[in-house]
Amino acid sequence: MLGPDRKFLTDPLIDNNPVTLQILGICSALAVTTSLLMALIMSAALTSVLVISNGTISIIRHHVPSAIRLIVQIIIIASLVIIADEVLKAYAFEASKRLSVFVGLIVTNCIVLARAESFAMRNPPLPSLMDGLGNGLGYSLVLILLGTVRELLGAGTLLEITVLTTTKNGGWFEPLDLMLKPASAFFMLGFLVWIIRTVRPHQVVVPEFSAATMEAKGD
Amino acid sequence: MIELLAKTIFAENLLLSLFLGMCTFLAVSTRVATAAGLGVAVIGVQAITIPVNYLIFTYLLQKGAWQWAGLRDMDLGYLKLVCFIGVIAALVQILEMVLERFALQLHRKLGIFLPLITVNCAILGASLFMVERRYDFAESIVYGIGTGSGWMLAIVTMAAIRERLRYSNVPQGLRGLGIAFIVTGLMSLGFNGFGGISLP
Repeated sequence: MLGPDRKFLTDPLIDNNPVTLQILGICSALAVTTSLLMALIMSAALTSVLVISNGTISIIRHHVPSAIRLIVQIIIIASLVIIADEVLKAYAFEASKRLSVFVGLIVTNCIVLARAESFAMRNPPLPSLMDGLGNGLGYSLVLILLGTVRELLGAGTLLEITVLTTTKNGGWFEPLDLMLKPASAFFMLGFLVWIIRTVRPHQVVVPEFSAATMEAKGD
Repeated sequence: MIELLAKTIFAENLLLSLFLGMCTFLAVSTRVATAAGLGVAVIGVQAITIPVNYLIFTYLLQKGAWQWAGLRDMDLGYLKLVCFIGVIAALVQILEMVLERFALQLHRKLGIFLPLITVNCAILGASLFMVERRYDFAESIVYGIGTGSGWMLAIVTMAAIRERLRYSNVPQGLRGLGIAFIVTGLMSLGFNGFGGISLP
C-alpha cells in the first residue's frame, strides 16, 4: 500500500533503531521505564511529537533559511512538547506528575532534532511522516521492552496489575529491588544492544586494537 | 547548602541516577582531556543558566508574577520550556563570544563543545527540576554548580575507564555501545551507595 516509502517505517524498528544503534534519546528511554504504563505514555507522547514535528518541518523546509533552521526546528518542537505536556496534565494528571520533567525533556531529546535535521529538512512530507512514525515506534519498542522487564521483575506487576504475587502479599515472588534502580536500566540496555548485535553482526563496532594487529606490529 | 551540594554531586548525580545528558556522555567520553573540557563547560553553563532561569521563572512566568501590572491570574508557566531553551541557547552563544574575546586559549579548547551543550538534556533538565523542587535563588546557584560538577565527575571517570577498555578483549557484540552501558550501570550502582550518607 505504501510502496517504497514503507522502508522509512520499518527500517528504524530494529535494523536502524534510534536508541540501540544511533544512541539517540537515551536520557528519557532509561528514566521512565520503571513501570510499563509510564513507558507507554512516554512512547505515545514522543511518537506523536516526532510525527507532527517531522511533518511540519518537512512542509516548510523550502521556506526556512539555513542560518536559522535550528532555532525554527527547536521552536516547533518546543511548541509541540508544550501541547503534549498540557494534554497529559489535562487527561492523565497522575501520570504527568510521575513523569515529572521528562515530558518536557522531549524538547532536547536528540531523536526529534536529529530526525528533523537529517530527514525532514531534505524529504517531502509523506516520507517524513513515515520516518517520524518509524523512529517513534522504534523508540517505543525499546521503552516497552525495558518497561515490561523492569516492572515485572522489580514489582511483580504489569500495568499495575499483579502478575507475580510478591512475598509481602503472601506469594512466592521476591521482587528484585535492583530492577527499580537506575543501574538496571543501563545493564538491560547494554544486554539488549548485545543481543541485537549478535543477531545483526553488521552493526558490530570495529575494534581499534586487537591481538592480531598488535602481533602484526610486533608488539 | 553543603548538603544540597553533596547530594547533587553524588547521590542524585544527574547522569547516573536521572539519566540526563546521556547522549553527549556516550559520544564524548572516549578521551579524558576532551571529557574534562566538556565537563568544565557544563559546570560554567549550569552555574549561570539555572539562576537566570530561576529569575525568569519567578519574576515573569510564575502565577501571580504579573500582579504589579494588574494581571493577578496570569499564569505563563506553560511557556517555561520555550523560555528555558531560549535562555540556554542565548547564554551558550554569549559565553562563546565572551570566551573568544577574553580567553582565546580556553575558547579553542572548548570550541566544538559549546554548541553541543545547548542540546544537552542535563542543562534543561536541571532547570526544570529547579522549578519543580521550588529552590530559592541561593539554592539554585548551588544546585547549578553541584549538578555541573556531578556531571563532570561522571564523564571524566567514564572517559578514563573507556581509555582502558580500548585495550581489553570485549565480546564481539558488546563492543562500543554495549560495554559502555554496562560500565555506566556499574558506576551508577557505586554512586547509588552515596544515597545512604547524611551529612551532620
